[in-house]
Amino acid sequence: MSTTTFDDTPRIEPTARPSYLTEENTVASWLFTRDHKRIALLFFASITFFFFVGGGAAALIRMNLATPEGLLQPSLYNRMFTMHGIIMVWFFLIPSIPTTFGNFFVPLMIGARDLAFPRVNLLSWYVFNLSGLVVLYALIMGAADTGWTFYTPLSTVYANGYVFAAAMAVFINGFSSIMTALNFIVTIHRLRAPGMTWMRLPLFVWAIYAVSVVMLTATPVLAMDTFLLAVERFIGIGLFDPRHGGDPLLWQHMFWFYSHPAVYIMILPAMGVVSEIIPCYARRPIFGYAGMTIALMAIAILSFFVWAHHMFVAGISIYAGVAFSLLTFFVAVPSAIKVFNWTVSLHKGRITFDAPMLYALGFVLLFTLGGVTGLMLATLAVDVSVHGTYFVIAHFHYIMVGATVSAFFGALHYWWPKMTGRLYPEMWARFAAILTYVGFNLTFFPQFVLGYLGMPRRSYTYPAEWQIWNVLSSAGASILAVAYLLPLLYLGWSIFRERKADANPWAATGLEWTTPSPPPTHNFERTPRVSRGPYNYDPENDRFITQEGTPHAR
Amino acid sequence: MYHWIPFWPDTAAVNAVVVNNLYIAELGLSGLIMVTVVAMMLTFCIRYRKAASNSRADLETKTWRFEILWTVATLGAFLILFVWGAQVYIWLYKPPPADEEVYVVGKQWMWKVEHPGGQREIDALHVPVNKVVRLVMASEDVIHSFFVPAFRIKHDVVPGTLETLWFKATKTGIFRLECTQYCGLQHATMQGEIVVMEAPDYANWLDSQGVEESLAQQGAELFRAHGCSGCHGKNSTIIHAPSLTGLYGTVVHLQDGSIRVADEAYLRDCILNPRSFTVAGYPPVMPDFSGQLGEGDLLKLIAYIKSLGGKREAGR
Ligand code: HEC
Ligand SMILES: [Cu+2]
Ligand SMILES: [Cu+2]
Repeated sequence: MSTTTFDDTPRIEPTARPSYLTEENTVASWLFTRDHKRIALLFFASITFFFFVGGGAAALIRMNLATPEGLLQPSLYNRMFTMHGIIMVWFFLIPSIPTTFGNFFVPLMIGARDLAFPRVNLLSWYVFNLSGLVVLYALIMGAADTGWTFYTPLSTVYANGYVFAAAMAVFINGFSSIMTALNFIVTIHRLRAPGMTWMRLPLFVWAIYAVSVVMLTATPVLAMDTFLLAVERFIGIGLFDPRHGGDPLLWQHMFWFYSHPAVYIMILPAMGVVSEIIPCYARRPIFGYAGMTIALMAIAILSFFVWAHHMFVAGISIYAGVAFSLLTFFVAVPSAIKVFNWTVSLHKGRITFDAPMLYALGFVLLFTLGGVTGLMLATLAVDVSVHGTYFVIAHFHYIMVGATVSAFFGALHYWWPKMTGRLYPEMWARFAAILTYVGFNLTFFPQFVLGYLGMPRRSYTYPAEWQIWNVLSSAGASILAVAYLLPLLYLGWSIFRERKADANPWAATGLEWTTPSPPPTHNFERTPRVSRGPYNYDPENDRFITQEGTPHAR
Repeated sequence: MYHWIPFWPDTAAVNAVVVNNLYIAELGLSGLIMVTVVAMMLTFCIRYRKAASNSRADLETKTWRFEILWTVATLGAFLILFVWGAQVYIWLYKPPPADEEVYVVGKQWMWKVEHPGGQREIDALHVPVNKVVRLVMASEDVIHSFFVPAFRIKHDVVPGTLETLWFKATKTGIFRLECTQYCGLQHATMQGEIVVMEAPDYANWLDSQGVEESLAQQGAELFRAHGCSGCHGKNSTIIHAPSLTGLYGTVVHLQDGSIRVADEAYLRDCILNPRSFTVAGYPPVMPDFSGQLGEGDLLKLIAYIKSLGGKREAGR
């Protein structure tokens, strides 16, 4: 497709003013920019780099597990899965969608000129890179060997890798999260265009709002926790080590008090992305907009009350286990509502299957499978048997990689024309989307089986009878690697070769599509006036009305 | 009865059967949810693809009814899973009166096992079939996790306290024992085997180990060697210290008004953290033995104190 014609689209006059990309061209103009769009691209460069570093570690892991004997030294293997976890969680997944698409599109979607605190936004990028340098230092010097969860007293007393550096990287990284979150919250509260009421906000903006609230409240706890870890490791004050009167479970409580909400930090923005893509390609309003906003906020709030479901077998009181299981089932309800709403949003649509839509549909399926296996883990007795095995690995990769990374790529394709002013090659993109889906399932589905059979996570070796599942998984991983590398190639190519995109190539309703592609530095020629909700698609007549109230036939 | 299911682990204990049933029910429900979502998605994608000419008139606008319906339906299903799972969990983690008791110490990177009779093994655990076996577990260093896939039982072994776990094997044979909590370099090889034997074979095995002293006897020696008997002994008059005879399993009243059941974890605390609480009516003079006794010695002392009699209920 992508050759849609707009009979009565008012032409957005090619302005004399250059776009945000061409306005200034010096290196300094990038490194000291306060334009949220340029900062988004800076973040994009940083996290893409870390995605491939973390991915490299994953490649080594899967290579090692292709045979029971393995390839790597045990100590190297242990360090690789630790760094894979740390880098993927804090240096890719948590910042991924908020710092790039959130940064770029929240102001555009609410009709603002920039984020509330442009300098803080830039500072956040520098702090992020500082923490990135520290984690690279840890990696190059010899890496940490504790698992990304840093369980005590292993991490404070027994581990001999670069645990301190890795923990400090996480500590510093948190400040970047907090700054970005604060910026979004203030922006969404204060800078909405006239008429952009809360119930007219696009769901992506709602999702970024919800995730910012979680980031702002949870991250300080992680900072305290890693700080205490450093204190015990260096000064030997008994905080977690029972031989000095410490409590090993204290670490876990504080760690998961952050890291469970962090799971939602990783998935909420993805949910927002999918809620933008599905109505646009189904050409109908999202089903249950209000329910979707309530579900987002419910997830954000409930996510703070379920942390101990990571500790059902750790020796917490049985009745605490029961209470946390119940709360965990509660947090699953809003997620279930969202799945049904996305699915029903296809009903009576006028659906096309462009790459973003393929990614979005893949997201829904992978998220659902991750979700139902999450229910199994929430069920106490089943968790007792699969906790600490590959079942858990499979479950959270379905959510955090299957779902979130699919949404990330969906967003990348959907907004590519807006960000770069170029279309992308549709066929290649569809191919990559399908390849991602196939490769992903082949990689991670066998791990559910392995988990129930009893293969412990974080093991460099395993009994020969499990090799077949591991080989399938490693084969899937190599397909997945291709699927993740492909976009790098064809999107890179498209910047120079593809056709130019006009302002609204997908005939979408949001404010970000009412300004030229790529947008000028100040975003809008005049401040938009919003007169209606975000998804005014009319599948019956194949028409749509933008948020400003201009009707268009498609 | 589960052996025909493909890709299914061994089911070799009563615990495993109970978990199996719940797991199968959940697989069923998960399958149902997946099928529903996929079916809806496929149907809509086909009926309402761009080229299809089906009517798009009368879009549903009153979505609230559906939302409430889904919320109630999913919540109902989830609550059933919750109750079922919680019941089994409580059952799994509250041991019934034990027929056999075994002490397990996890350390980087092995499982050390001590039977009450004094038999020791490493990375192996011999048990009789059809008997309730209760494990008392300690860690010497970091957190480990004791997992027997064929029994579906697991519990972390956290340093600084004692944990318990129970099972009743229903099949003889050899089953995998694993550590499922990452515990350092050789975590992957911290594995062993559970050998389930018929009762007579088990008795023979115990006899053939050539031990002279039971765990409690070894504990009695430590009790003297570390001077415990000086205060707690029958004819000790120097110091007013509680008699430990019949203590195990009873309810102990503490100075601060709280009560604790004298189970293994309590006895361990008495020896290592006597400063943190005092038994009501006694002077707080019990010395602190932390740093002097390893986990193995502690378990021996505890076995000795238990051998002085007490209520069985501490097993729960
Ligand atoms: C200096 C005398 C003394 C020595 C030596 C001593 N204890 Fe004690 N112990 C006490 C006193 C006094 C109490 C009660 C006050 C308290 O709880 O601190 C006590 C309490 C206990 C209790 C709790 C009893 C109850 O009724 O709940 C246990 C168990 C115990 N000791 C075990 C030991 C063991 C094992 C040793 C040797 C490793 C030991 N004690 C050495 C004096 C001593
Ligand atoms: Cu969680
Ligand atoms: Cu281990």
